[in-house]
Amino acid sequence: MAENLKIMFTPEFFGAILLPALIGGIAVTICSSLLGVTLVLKRYSMIGDGLSHIGYGALSVAAVMNLAPLKVALPVVIIAAFILLRLSENSKLSGDSAIALFSTTALSIGILVSSKAGITNDVSHYMFGSILAMSKSDVILSVILSAVCIIAFLLLYNRIFSVTFDESFARATGVNAGIYNMIFAVLTAITVVLGMMMMGSLLISSLIVTPTLTAMRVCKSFRGVVLTAGAVSIASFLIGMFCSLIFNTAPGASIVIVNVIFFLCFTFIGEVSKRRRS
Amino acid sequence: MKKILECDKLTASYDGANVLTGLSFAINEGDYLCILGENGSGKSTLVKCLLGIKSPDSGKIVLSDGLKQTDIGYLPQHTSFANGFPATVAEVVISGCLGRRGFLPFYSSKEKKKAQNAMERLGIADLANRSCRELSGGQQQRMLLARAMCAAKKLLLLDEPVTGLDPSAAAEMYSLIDELNHKDKMTIIMVTHDVVKALDCSNRILCLCSSDHSFFGTPGEYANSHISSKFIGD
Repeated sequence: MAENLKIMFTPEFFGAILLPALIGGIAVTICSSLLGVTLVLKRYSMIGDGLSHIGYGALSVAAVMNLAPLKVALPVVIIAAFILLRLSENSKLSGDSAIALFSTTALSIGILVSSKAGITNDVSHYMFGSILAMSKSDVILSVILSAVCIIAFLLLYNRIFSVTFDESFARATGVNAGIYNMIFAVLTAITVVLGMMMMGSLLISSLIVTPTLTAMRVCKSFRGVVLTAGAVSIASFLIGMFCSLIFNTAPGASIVIVNVIFFLCFTFIGEVSKRRRS
Repeated sequence: MKKILECDKLTASYDGANVLTGLSFAINEGDYLCILGENGSGKSTLVKCLLGIKSPDSGKIVLSDGLKQTDIGYLPQHTSFANGFPATVAEVVISGCLGRRGFLPFYSSKEKKKAQNAMERLGIADLANRSCRELSGGQQQRMLLARAMCAAKKLLLLDEPVTGLDPSAAAEMYSLIDELNHKDKMTIIMVTHDVVKALDCSNRILCLCSSDHSFFGTPGEYANSHISSKFIGD
């Protein structure tokens, strides 16, 4: 344990591996928690999960065909996000079954293609994430995309609130809910793809959903939920990262577990304060 | 009396079937119009046309005095917000100002004042920082009415505002609406199933009876017409 700590702060490791991972990770964590607030409140929690499986399929196909993974996965996942949000709105086929159908199909295609081609190593990175193996260009890209997400969220904050809270009223006051849903689909897709490179496609939906649920245990206002979710997700990320380095555990899974611990603590605090008031 | 809204030979369909055919009526500033009709008679379609969410197949809706469709304060029928939604009353009420925001991202102090006034007007100013999930049904409706007032310039469109309220909360809601009509000179359009109340408080009745037959006139005329007997009995 002490040795791990020592290695962690050697300049080579810290500068070349840990620092980029921390920067990229925090950027993606903020995005996923912000978007998560709307996804959870609009009852689209499973979309993140579905998209990550679709992204996994796309990345596997890209790896087999020797194409740049992000260039293939991003457009595919953006298109999938459009389709899934649309399906959830006018639901002939109900949203959650559509997601299940899409994501299992994409996942199976990914597994078939990669097992046939004999590439399993690269692809398993996408299943479980490889935050310490993020290349410099990956980190730069995730910081830029995250910045776009965060700025868009800030500028559209009030509209996002209105569309999330009551879409029919938002439409009546002239807010073009369709456009916001589309912007939202794109931002979600970007975040999911970045998140799955880091956390793995199995864990990204936890990153999206858990901070919001945690914040909702104690916060009354939308603003409070947004801010708390952001803070909790950053804290979970940092704690999870350092625990994984110290105890040699998988980073993605460690971060998720820290998130869950936060959730349990906040649930407890929420219950206690409710009892006290009544 | 100045005309505020005119519906001219409006025809609209829902799921391929015509629900409104050649509907014409006009209301003046300060009017209190109740829209009656059975389920499926086209009330919701008419509401969507009035709000500009849906465009009619033919005919038109004319608003006067530079009033835009987004200036209509709207109280939706079943509020679609989930019960566990974390938002304070103040956050919800001020979101009514959004329509006139244009592309500016944040609310001005004038709009914050407007939201504050609306809450005081409806007696929910002390609930401003409470979470909307802790409110009773009547308080929730008042919150949504305050939001509608933020969006409204002169015209409020209320879609079954007392559904699900207990009798005393419903009476309170009705008297608030009356007050807005009398004191604040708000023009009211209310969709309702409560014929007795409609006859009592409104000065115009629009009854959508079937897709090509409708009644428009004063409550007195309505009570004497044969259409009303179906709703209020002989």
